[in-house]
Amino acid sequence: MTSDQPPRVELVGISKAFAGVPALDRVDFTLHPGEVHALLGENGAGKSTLIKIMTGALAADAGEMRLDGRAVAVGSTAEARALGISTVYQEVNLVPTLSVARNVTLGREPRRFGLISWRAAREKARARLKRLSLEIDVERALGSFPVAVQQLVAIARALEEDSRVLVLDEPTASLDAQETRLLFRILRDLKAQGMAVVFISHFLDQVYEISDRISVLRNGRLVGSAATAALPQRELITLMLGRELERVEQRAAAAPKAAGAPVLAAEKLGRRRWIEPFDLVLRAGEAIGLAGLLGSGRTETAKLIFGAVRADSGRLTLDGAPLGHASPRRALRRGIAFCPEDRKAEGLVLDLSVRENILLALQTKRGWLRPLPRDEQRRLAEAMIEALGIATSDAEKPVGQLSGGNQQKVVLARALASKPRVLVLDEPTRGIDVGAHAEIVALVRRLCAEGLALLVASSELDEIVAVSDRVAVLRDRRIVGEIAGAEITRETIIELIAGG
Amino acid sequence: MRVRYLPLLATMTVFAALFVTGGVFYKHFFTTLVLGHILADNAFIIIAAIGTTFVILSGGIDLSIGSMIGFVGVVMANLDAAGWHPLASAALMLAFGLAYGAFQGFVIDFCKVQPFIITLAGLFLLRGACFMVNIDSVPLRHPFVDAFADLYIPFPTGGFLTSSAMVMLAALAAAVVIAHFTRFGAKVYAIGGDPASAELMGVPARRTIVSVYALGGFYSALGGVIYALYTSSGYPLAGTGNELSAIAAVVLGGTLLSGGVGLVAGTLFGGMILGLISTLINFNGSLNSAWIMISGGALLFVFIVIQKLLVSSFGLGRAS
Repeated sequence: MTSDQPPRVELVGISKAFAGVPALDRVDFTLHPGEVHALLGENGAGKSTLIKIMTGALAADAGEMRLDGRAVAVGSTAEARALGISTVYQEVNLVPTLSVARNVTLGREPRRFGLISWRAAREKARARLKRLSLEIDVERALGSFPVAVQQLVAIARALEEDSRVLVLDEPTASLDAQETRLLFRILRDLKAQGMAVVFISHFLDQVYEISDRISVLRNGRLVGSAATAALPQRELITLMLGRELERVEQRAAAAPKAAGAPVLAAEKLGRRRWIEPFDLVLRAGEAIGLAGLLGSGRTETAKLIFGAVRADSGRLTLDGAPLGHASPRRALRRGIAFCPEDRKAEGLVLDLSVRENILLALQTKRGWLRPLPRDEQRRLAEAMIEALGIATSDAEKPVGQLSGGNQQKVVLARALASKPRVLVLDEPTRGIDVGAHAEIVALVRRLCAEGLALLVASSELDEIVAVSDRVAVLRDRRIVGEIAGAEITRETIIELIAGG
Repeated sequence: MRVRYLPLLATMTVFAALFVTGGVFYKHFFTTLVLGHILADNAFIIIAAIGTTFVILSGGIDLSIGSMIGFVGVVMANLDAAGWHPLASAALMLAFGLAYGAFQGFVIDFCKVQPFIITLAGLFLLRGACFMVNIDSVPLRHPFVDAFADLYIPFPTGGFLTSSAMVMLAALAAAVVIAHFTRFGAKVYAIGGDPASAELMGVPARRTIVSVYALGGFYSALGGVIYALYTSSGYPLAGTGNELSAIAAVVLGGTLLSGGVGLVAGTLFGGMILGLISTLINFNGSLNSAWIMISGGALLFVFIVIQKLLVSSFGLGRAS
């Protein structure tokens, strides 16, 4: 990598807006041959928009792209491929029912006399996989291979003979440690061959292991770009989370409360590719925050505790008695409630009324054979609407017509209607306005004071600091530390995330 | 042995087992004569089922086949009465099948609706159209119809391969080439396996879906033509329920109803198994003909369970 050689890809002053909302604002990005360049940023920072512009899936509103020093206009993904820019997206976008050879050659099958020559196709697939040091049976169905191999097959498909740039969007998201090592070994080989690699990942350890250079995007702006060796993790995290939002909210009860009795305890609870085994104790009247960067395992932890996803190691105990195989229904019946992150997809049935949504969990707890009388239903729903201050004209309005904040309150009401002892909240304030935000935070504190054991996962540090009595900090799908009481500040959490 | 050939092997084994069983119980059953009859009697439905194989491989379904068979026959019979040569009316109806199938495919892709409901509409539309044309059975009187029926290749041991069976085998050969040796065929398998991924891999969804249903329409029209020639008549109720027999033949042939996995050749044996069952029960003579459907249904059950097991043990399907 000599500095007098022109960069492989140079993006200068790229801007892009969607419906008037800027997604990228004059972003510069430089990629050298033989370099792995990590692109980092939280959700919505503009990573994928930048990648899509580079790979021709989107057109920039302003700015220039140069390839090996020449200005190029990439109008489509096909044009980008022709220029030697290959992309592998986050999910393995291949067809599991087809053989490996068919997946690698789909749409480009070698033909003789107009008919496909499968022998030649297999040869082509083998040759491409060989470049990635992968020798597998190319006639087997792709779906019968482990995800890591599927990921490599996706790369083999993307890499043309003359590829010069490889863009990998979260390639390790579904890989375990060993599979990641295999991928990295191949990336190093490609690097040695002069390939320029863009590596998007939220696993900081992996970024430090594989990348030569790091660029950080935040809110559509490039906030920093430096050689990996010259950028300590702490500084990187500060770049990613930003400083201008720093307004530490005063916590209501700074003095640590007398913790109640342990209610729910996780012992070495874990799941492969999901979250490393962890211990966590939830006590009555205590709120525990789960803090960490995107993809650090916040949601995963919450879902394991609730039982939405089955653990493959460790156990959960409720009041000291082990809980059997986890399932949401069982959790609800034992008094554990969950408000999921994505309320539209997982939390609410938008076409059902406020009343029906509120009563879903309660009905599950009772079992379908003992329906609640209609009057009882209405009484309960109305009590909840009043208690949580849900702004709706009446209980029969479809939930889809409410505002985001009020929808979130319905999710909470539903969880509370079943009178839980443990409440797990995942991103309780995502996508709701500032006023509703404060209300929800106050509500969470009140619930806690009433003796509920709470677990709150959030990407917003301020929120975590504001609601938690104790904070478990996650990094790379592992709980790396626990802090309590006066220790809970933005700084200590960032310190823990950085591994300092 | 490749995993994807296992279902076909299973189908062929069942066919052979049924055939031998018949031979053990009934004199003159295990002969090329019986085989030739099964091929001839089921040629039209196997032809239609070959088209359905493409539709099912692409992850769809086509319920309009039976009505298409009836409609093609009725129109051909009326054109025959009007003095058309059967080959000319057949060509017209094949073009109609192709166009109608393409139309169904377009609506399915354009409106992103379930193929079930669109082709169900086709089932009603075309059946209704049959009765609009005429209510009674109309004979085909053109001398070509008899000439076609008299055309056959004799087998050495007394059996024969009829003209309709020959058309069916030719249609099958063409389908095998299309499915397994063209890029279009590869795209059909890809779309059936995972439509979202296939699109990201550069498979043009609309063009492929439209072509698949057009092919299905063409093959069911061809089935209708053969049926009309074979029975030398056009009857508005002809082909009723045949769409379901065709789907059964495809599934018995080892093609997954969820799409993406299967072999076209399997459909031949799937259709032959159904034909063999009814022949067996007819040979018995004392059994109620209801047993034909009961055995067909039972066999379907068994096959679907076997397929499910194959899929999960070899990871052919999507890992969930």
